[in-house]
Amino acid sequence: MNATVDPKKLIKGATGDWEVVIGMEIHAQVTSKSKLFSGASTDFGGDQNSHVSLVDAAMPGMLPVINEECVRQAVRTGLGLEAEIHLRSVFDRKNYFYPDLPQGYQISQYKYPIVGEGKVIVDLVDGSQITVGIERLHLEQDAGKSLHDQHPTMSYVDLNRSGVALMEIVSKPDLRSAEEARAYVTKLRTIMRYLGTCDGNMDEGSLRADVNVSVRRPGEPLGTRCEIKNVNSIRFIGQAVDTEARRQIAIIEDGGTIDQETRLFDPAKGETRSMRSKEEAHDYRYFPDPDLLPLEFDQAFVDTLKSHLPELPDAKKARFMADYGLPAYDAGVLVAERVQADYFEAVAKGRDGKTAANWVINELFGRLNKEGKDVTTSPVSADQLGAIVDLISNGTISGKMAKDLFEIVFTEGGDPLQIVEQRGMKQVTDTGAIEAAVDAVLAANPDKAEQARTKPGMLGWFVGQVMKETGGKANPQSVSDLLKAKIGLE
Amino acid sequence: MTDLTQLTLAEARDALRSKSISASELAKAHLAAMEQARSLNAYVLETPDQALAMAAQSDDKLARGEAGPLEGIPLGIKDLYATQGVRTTACSNILGDFTPPYESTVTSQLWRDGAVMLGKLNNDEFAMGSSNESSAFGPVVSPWAPPEWSQDKLDAALKGDKKGLLVPGGSSGGSSAAVAAHLCLGATATDTGGSIRQPAAFTGTVGIKPTYGRCSRWGIVAFASSLDQAGPIARTVRDTAIMLRSMAGHDAKDTTSVDRAVPDYEAAVGRSIKGMKIGIPKEYRVDGLSAEIDQLWLKGVQWLRDAGAEIVDVSLPHTKYALPAYYIVAPAEASSNLARYDGVRYGLRVPGKDIADMYEKTRAAGFGSEVRRRIMIGTYVLSAGYYDAYYVRAQKIRTLIRQDFENVYHAGVDAILTPATPSPAFGIGEMGASDPVEMYLNDIFTVTVNMAGLPGLALPAGLSAGGLPLGLQLIGRPFDEESLFSIAEVIEKSAGHFKPQQAWWS
Repeated sequence: MNATVDPKKLIKGATGDWEVVIGMEIHAQVTSKSKLFSGASTDFGGDQNSHVSLVDAAMPGMLPVINEECVRQAVRTGLGLEAEIHLRSVFDRKNYFYPDLPQGYQISQYKYPIVGEGKVIVDLVDGSQITVGIERLHLEQDAGKSLHDQHPTMSYVDLNRSGVALMEIVSKPDLRSAEEARAYVTKLRTIMRYLGTCDGNMDEGSLRADVNVSVRRPGEPLGTRCEIKNVNSIRFIGQAVDTEARRQIAIIEDGGTIDQETRLFDPAKGETRSMRSKEEAHDYRYFPDPDLLPLEFDQAFVDTLKSHLPELPDAKKARFMADYGLPAYDAGVLVAERVQADYFEAVAKGRDGKTAANWVINELFGRLNKEGKDVTTSPVSADQLGAIVDLISNGTISGKMAKDLFEIVFTEGGDPLQIVEQRGMKQVTDTGAIEAAVDAVLAANPDKAEQARTKPGMLGWFVGQVMKETGGKANPQSVSDLLKAKIGLE
Repeated sequence: MTDLTQLTLAEARDALRSKSISASELAKAHLAAMEQARSLNAYVLETPDQALAMAAQSDDKLARGEAGPLEGIPLGIKDLYATQGVRTTACSNILGDFTPPYESTVTSQLWRDGAVMLGKLNNDEFAMGSSNESSAFGPVVSPWAPPEWSQDKLDAALKGDKKGLLVPGGSSGGSSAAVAAHLCLGATATDTGGSIRQPAAFTGTVGIKPTYGRCSRWGIVAFASSLDQAGPIARTVRDTAIMLRSMAGHDAKDTTSVDRAVPDYEAAVGRSIKGMKIGIPKEYRVDGLSAEIDQLWLKGVQWLRDAGAEIVDVSLPHTKYALPAYYIVAPAEASSNLARYDGVRYGLRVPGKDIADMYEKTRAAGFGSEVRRRIMIGTYVLSAGYYDAYYVRAQKIRTLIRQDFENVYHAGVDAILTPATPSPAFGIGEMGASDPVEMYLNDIFTVTVNMAGLPGLALPAGLSAGGLPLGLQLIGRPFDEESLFSIAEVIEKSAGHFKPQQAWWS
């Protein structure tokens, strides 16, 4: 995929151009009430060690029992990635010692993951699209959290996260720039939020990325990669890619070689630094977990889940373009979040789609952004915004008045139609009243009226004067038409 | 009724129901016998208060006519079973004074059915061993005295290093010794490679390892998850059948447990075996099998033939690979299962200069040498570069072993008869000191059954020339424990019961 090299994406080094190659492992927390193998709650923010079952604490003799909801969520995600669903998969133990890993192993899937190859279509800012291959998706347990700042000489362990279900989604090395990496994660997040399988909340650690970066001369084989662990924001993903690519290019251009290793990104210092080398890598001694039978389900289970999937962003975008005549960019903005798309559709229902899109994207989103709000906390409901659009469409108010009305509804609330009536915001379409105002303005400015006859550009000035005279309520189109007739243009 | 500890479990049950004895006096008799037998070291924790309270409750229930199937029956519990509020250590220092806030599924089913807990029984550390010598609490002494030892010599050894006294087998050595010495009416045990059947054979008791998945493993300290299975040891075939009915059953907390109705196993005891086909596997006639074991085997064959069974020669061609494959699979799983004993959350912690140092010191101090050996073997066979050569091949052998049995059963064989052990009990300190494999060979007839997940029952069939019990093993079809009980009862009736000289230890 993306076999041809796009020169715009190359990085200029001292000795020529470089191509950066990126593959990602995304750890996405499964949306579920309880953990992958225990009944303990997955709620974020509980008191330390308050969501811990005997299984999560790895007490002697405890056994894992698979949470079927997590299996359904993984299959749904796989379907959303247009991926192959494996009817039989196996849970393995990944063995290593760490205080926040109570069992001494993580239950994961190694050789036989629940989901195989799939793909994600990613939109870039310039309007182009790339297809990113998905290698696999597997289910695994999260670890607990070590707390090193609670006591002068000891570390504490919080096991609330221990055993929470994660989906590890592994991409193919199909990404070629920081922008593509960011856009890929954003799209993946959008798909999972549509599906309701991961809330994508990066602040709470629901989505973390391990970013594999290597560089090469265009057309050459893949270079040695470094894995940057646990990057926890989309912005940092982009920064980490650029920082790491530049570091690798500098080393190679200085005649050095890249060591395969695991690195950490430090956003404060804007650098990546070595965590452990390939030689220090753990031998995880994977083997099938004998406490768990292979995970098996039939095609009917998959088909049922498939038939209940919501419309996904790509399909929705195509529909918005076809049904509402929206440009790709607008449709893309609207479908980025399902709640936004739903809001738009509520506004657009029975109305002009393009006008609705303009109001939602330009006025509403702009205003919400200024207030640090989003669609879910919008003071203007879809019904209210729809009413404003109606008032414009039927000529009751002008576009200018509509903006004022929107601001009133945004800050004070209320029914737009009532506000218009109560505050006399109605556009004057009564030609008699407008004609009187036009006559008055023409009479007061005979010289300018004379000039306007030969200089049609002056018309705008007259329109402005008439609007002033009518307190902004006149329909500008009617004013313009009347002025043209009276002055004798056309 | 002079000594209530001389009753079988079935007799005691009937006497309790007819109210000729009370649960409280039955418990007291056993508690007194336990006190007298502390030198055997069968119990690592006695729970007299609990026993008397449970017995009093049973008496109430018996009086009200609400008795459960095991109402008032005093049992010993292997220390591998988590018992709520009662110290559970798997006989390892690493668990220290660990007291679980939960009860294993199997023991909770025993209490549900009215059984009374006398205490926790000794075992090899984490069930790793065949002689009960690896226990952190020290070895268990078999109630079978070495032949021709004088009482003085016995007393001296009991007070001293116990060398030369006989082992009760392992890992469920506390269970087999307590049952043989009448320190309980029955005991729970576990079997990963022979840990129920070999101790039963060494002590003249009856033990059954049911089909993998028959009993829940929840709350039992894990050794090797794909092989571990709970089961009872008691003095008669009927008694084990009664106990197993309460221990078995599906448990949603153990996904490897099987959702299948539990039959009335006791009803199978005494059922005719006429027309049953019993297989005799030629591969079990191993090199160096002693003549007396061979004789015993032949006797067993004759008893079954006399009872109307058809005897057929069968072949289990992959038998010889079972023991080496077992000693890859079991340590591999154990190395991972025992990783949780890290000093972080419970049990022993030896402070260190950093976390790795703490792990190393804790685990070095907490685990005994046999457990450390198996963790190292297991870690090695799972390591990158060795996994395919060891673990994967061992799993392939396991499949072949399972197929061997499937082929035999498919040909119409109902059960297989083999010796239980290659020899009678040996002396404490006599085996495996220089070569651990010598000890591992004890399991040569039993590990195949765990590898194939089948039910296996061991029972005494005679005495050695030196007067020590020798056992036979019956291997059944998956979930056909009933046939094993029927066949075993025939052997039991023919061979009789075998009882050590009582109370030489008190």
